[in-house]
Amino acid sequence: MSRAGGTWVGARVPRNEDARLLTGRAQFVEDVEPPGTLHVAFVRSDLPAGRLRRLDVERARSHPGVHAVFTAGDLGPLLHPGAMLVPPPPLEGLVFHARTALPLVRHRIRHQGEALAMIVADSRYVAEDAAQLVEADIEPLDPVVDLGRALDESTPRVHEDLPSNLAAHVRQTKGDYAAARARADLVLERRFSYDRGIGGAIENRAVVAEWDARADRLEVWDTTQAPIPVRNVVAAALGLSESQVRFIAPFVGGGFGPKIMFYAEEILVPWASIRLGRPVKWVEDRYENFFATTQERGQLHRAEIAVTREGRILGVRDIFIHDSGAYDPYGLTIPINTQCTLLGPYHVPSYESEFRVAFTNKPIVTPVRGAGRQHGVFIMERLLDLAARGLGLDPVEIRRRNVIGPEEFPYNHEIMYQDFAPLRYDSGSYEESLEEAVRLVGHETFPRERERARADGRAVGVGVVNYVEGTGIGPYEGARITVEPSGTVRLATGVGTQGQGHFTAFAQIVADAVGVAPSDVRVVTGDTSDFHWGTGTFASRGAVVAGNAIHAAALSVREKILRHAAEALEVDPEDLELVNGAARVRGAPDLSVDLGALAVRANPLRGAVEPGTEPGLEATSYFGPPYGTTANGTHALVVAVDPETAMVEILRYIVVHDCGTVINPTIVEGQIHGGVAAGIGNAFYEELVFDEFGGTSNASFMDYLLPTSTDVPPIETAHLETPSTLNPLGTKGVGEGGAIPVAAAFAQAVEDALADIAPGLEVLDIPLSPGRLFDLLRTRRESRESHAESAGGPS
Amino acid sequence: MKPPPFDYVAAADLDEALEALADASVETRPLAGGQSLVPMLNFRLAAPERLVDLNGIDELSRIEETEDGGLHLGAMVRHRQLERDPLIVRRTPLLAEAAPFIAHPQIRSRGTVGGSVAHADPAAELPAVFLTLGARVRIARRSRDGESGSRAERTLALDDFFLGPFFSALEPDELLIAIEVPPSTPGEGTAFDEVARRRGDYALAGVAARMRLNSGGVCEEAAISLVNGGSTPCLMREAARTLVGAEPAPEAIGAAAAACAETSEPAADMHASEAYRRHLIRTLTARVVSRAAARART
Ligand SMILES: Cc1cc2nc3c(=O)[nH]c(=O)nc-3n(C[C@H](O)[C@H](O)[C@H](O)COP(=O)(O)OP(=O)(O)OC[C@H]3O[C@@H](n4cnc5c(N)ncnc54)[C@H](O)[C@@H]3O)c2cc1C
Repeated sequence: MSRAGGTWVGARVPRNEDARLLTGRAQFVEDVEPPGTLHVAFVRSDLPAGRLRRLDVERARSHPGVHAVFTAGDLGPLLHPGAMLVPPPPLEGLVFHARTALPLVRHRIRHQGEALAMIVADSRYVAEDAAQLVEADIEPLDPVVDLGRALDESTPRVHEDLPSNLAAHVRQTKGDYAAARARADLVLERRFSYDRGIGGAIENRAVVAEWDARADRLEVWDTTQAPIPVRNVVAAALGLSESQVRFIAPFVGGGFGPKIMFYAEEILVPWASIRLGRPVKWVEDRYENFFATTQERGQLHRAEIAVTREGRILGVRDIFIHDSGAYDPYGLTIPINTQCTLLGPYHVPSYESEFRVAFTNKPIVTPVRGAGRQHGVFIMERLLDLAARGLGLDPVEIRRRNVIGPEEFPYNHEIMYQDFAPLRYDSGSYEESLEEAVRLVGHETFPRERERARADGRAVGVGVVNYVEGTGIGPYEGARITVEPSGTVRLATGVGTQGQGHFTAFAQIVADAVGVAPSDVRVVTGDTSDFHWGTGTFASRGAVVAGNAIHAAALSVREKILRHAAEALEVDPEDLELVNGAARVRGAPDLSVDLGALAVRANPLRGAVEPGTEPGLEATSYFGPPYGTTANGTHALVVAVDPETAMVEILRYIVVHDCGTVINPTIVEGQIHGGVAAGIGNAFYEELVFDEFGGTSNASFMDYLLPTSTDVPPIETAHLETPSTLNPLGTKGVGEGGAIPVAAAFAQAVEDALADIAPGLEVLDIPLSPGRLFDLLRTRRESRESHAESAGGPS
Repeated sequence: MKPPPFDYVAAADLDEALEALADASVETRPLAGGQSLVPMLNFRLAAPERLVDLNGIDELSRIEETEDGGLHLGAMVRHRQLERDPLIVRRTPLLAEAAPFIAHPQIRSRGTVGGSVAHADPAAELPAVFLTLGARVRIARRSRDGESGSRAERTLALDDFFLGPFFSALEPDELLIAIEVPPSTPGEGTAFDEVARRRGDYALAGVAARMRLNSGGVCEEAAISLVNGGSTPCLMREAARTLVGAEPAPEAIGAAAAACAETSEPAADMHASEAYRRHLIRTLTARVVSRAAARART
């Protein structure tokens, strides 16, 4: 493939990585098995709350094939609580109690699946056989399960040293909500619950560690989204120099957030390898994943909107409780995302938002694709729908009257975001994206379509909702680009890759700057021996933060290429262009020199390199944005509801989105399709079910329902490109946007479809399972029947 | 999620399998398609000492017409064959209609009719479908002490086979070797439908129906059975009887559907409440019986 100079960014370049991925040649952690590898199984608590009175591992230790059984008592200096990964932002009046877990339980069990012992054996089979021989004497404690009661005084405490289950309390306000409310023509209040589920990556977590005693080096293969920070924590914990520890995050089968966390297994497996002098491998199984990997879960909101007769928002008040699970290592990222994203693309002159975070005896909650933004978007979009209904306005019309206009950027929302910076929008296309979605879904003519479907006995409805997504936050990422003597261009960056197409999108950025095809750029991500500065893949920031670091490094390399080429060809650098892997003189294409030759020239074996210059065609650059850049979009969908079975079918799904500069439309659409699929799961299928004893009742893919290919419709996408003003490429993140507004769109569309059959039906709780919809329909039906009776009965 | 250790016997023929099952000193389970048994092993919900693999026994895979014109399905006939085998599709279209609702193609290529019936899961499609068709099961074991011959066989009406959830009339030394479906008669129509959360999931509720009309359009025989309508796969006799002797008019079908919903005993679980299941049973029964009646008319 070849293109005229400088236009790879924006092109539908086929993915460099697909040949390896699709032919099964890509390396995943599960594929790594050095000779002599031992295998780990963890003994995990079935109970969500309890006191570990005694742990008898003797029978397991003497089981044939078992090499070691470790309990908390064996860990020595490793037995201290895990890292507090993301401290809360410095907010006024903040209450925050940091609690993180021990690598193995010593006394107190706080959620199902906490690890009690680690078994190392010849095979995973033997390790699991031995796990059954471990006898744990656990005194069960009353578990904290119900989020609504978690903060009650009478509820038992998850952390016995705290006065209550309150993990955090935050209040942020802007304007004067009380005054706005007093002035409003309509004030509506509702209670909402919004539940979310697991990340559900196709590859569970896995760690393989090999201690090389002769080289005095530790090599760790890990499914992490953050190889560099994890490497640094592990080196520190094991008393090794960072340079002795190499972390490799190879191809990873999906991250979605939970793999950004730091986990005890990431220390325990390397530690065991050092102790036993053998490679050690642990691969999480699907069952463990439901407890041992972090997840998202519910929030309970009481929210109120105050509007004028014309439907203009005067203010919003939202009070909510967020379930943190047993610990809070990731600080307040999720609830702050909820709090900030609620404001969306709208003018909200006054806002009162207050949340409490509760500890419960459930697995730990940390960001999953969307990371709390869904909750906020759902509340705001629902409030607008209810207000529109109350005022007799069309849902699209009330949105038109409140979106921030194109001339109002940068727009400041006056509260603080998760990156410790004020919530500011750099640029956006809120009106345009709404109108484009309205046009694509045929909103104007939809009433006729609805009538026609109804005549066929089908209830169809439409939903149109907006969202913004804070993306591309700091602190920084870096990249190093090297032209090799072969002419191959090598790029190394610290972020890990979990299927995002980094090997292609990053290559396109480089290709434009140095005049090669993307397929000639060899990309290395997530290997600390290649690049060891950076934070990781999260918050839809790869293309923004790493992308712009790559862009900067590529421009520096370009400078070096031009300088060396100008010398070699004895021309002015201004007269050169970089095309097809060579520097050539404009208008005289025969006068040219290959990049490979220039790389040799830049790294001579004899002679003198000029003082003050560096050898090679290589450059390293870093990029850190001042604050996050905000993407936006509108989702529109059409559903058909069978009011008898309460089953919902999606007939059309439309995404209009704006992530600034699009590097590769195919990859962006892939991100959107995956995001929408996750959103559909969240809106309709996925729910973690906890029984009264705090146990997860559906810890398998038989009962935890991920949407499959038959449940996700074709998705129509339209790209708008309003460049970010915060980085040279103009990129914004797109990794999470697809997942964020789906439930809000669903709710609006289902209500619309049932407007005649069950007028007044309100969808306030997500997921909207058919069972839940059936209950809503039945309640509406019963209340109508009782109305009809009392109206028609004797007075 | 690794199974505990077990011994494995690949039976070359039926006698070898029966031999293994007859040895009461080793707890032995037959392995058919493995689509239910292997997950149970991996979750360590079952820990038999020995598996006897039926996959090499050719005689268990036969699909044949019986003397009376019915259908003989060897226990190892795969779900997928129900959709594709020309004889089955022609003889008992109900099997072909219901089979695609079972799981996904990969699972249907392994899962067997014998395994599905022997597993006795009230949420499974095939037990309900075979009940509707009036099927019988053929069961074999090695002769016990004092019995003559090497093999003992018995035949049971399917209705007498299911005793409870995941609990059937099979003794530990017995093997289900075949299912026999009686021939269909003129004027017969069948239908199946279910509601599942996702394509391929176990049904929240499902209904199979069979109806025979005489030339005057009057119902002479009706059978309805439910998927997930109670603790066992179950025939809804009372409800079906109300349809016999009259034309299947919408009111009559509606009444039968209501009776079905009322007399069913669906359980509540995380996917559906009892009330929702009952409602689905009523809705689906009305739809499925109407469709069976329409097919009987043509
Ligand atoms: C993801 C998934 C989804 C599924 N969805 C559905 C669904 O929607 N509907 C549905 O009906 N099923 C479903 N199944 C189950 C599937 O249909 C199974 O194949 C079936 O229930 C059992 O058949 P099998 O041949 O696999 O039996 P196996 O798993 O081999 O055996 C099941 C049990 O029956 C016993 N057994 C097997 N054969 C005999 C015999 N001939 N005589 C005596 N005992 C025997 C075994 O010892 C074991 O106890 C699903 C399975 C999976 C993995």
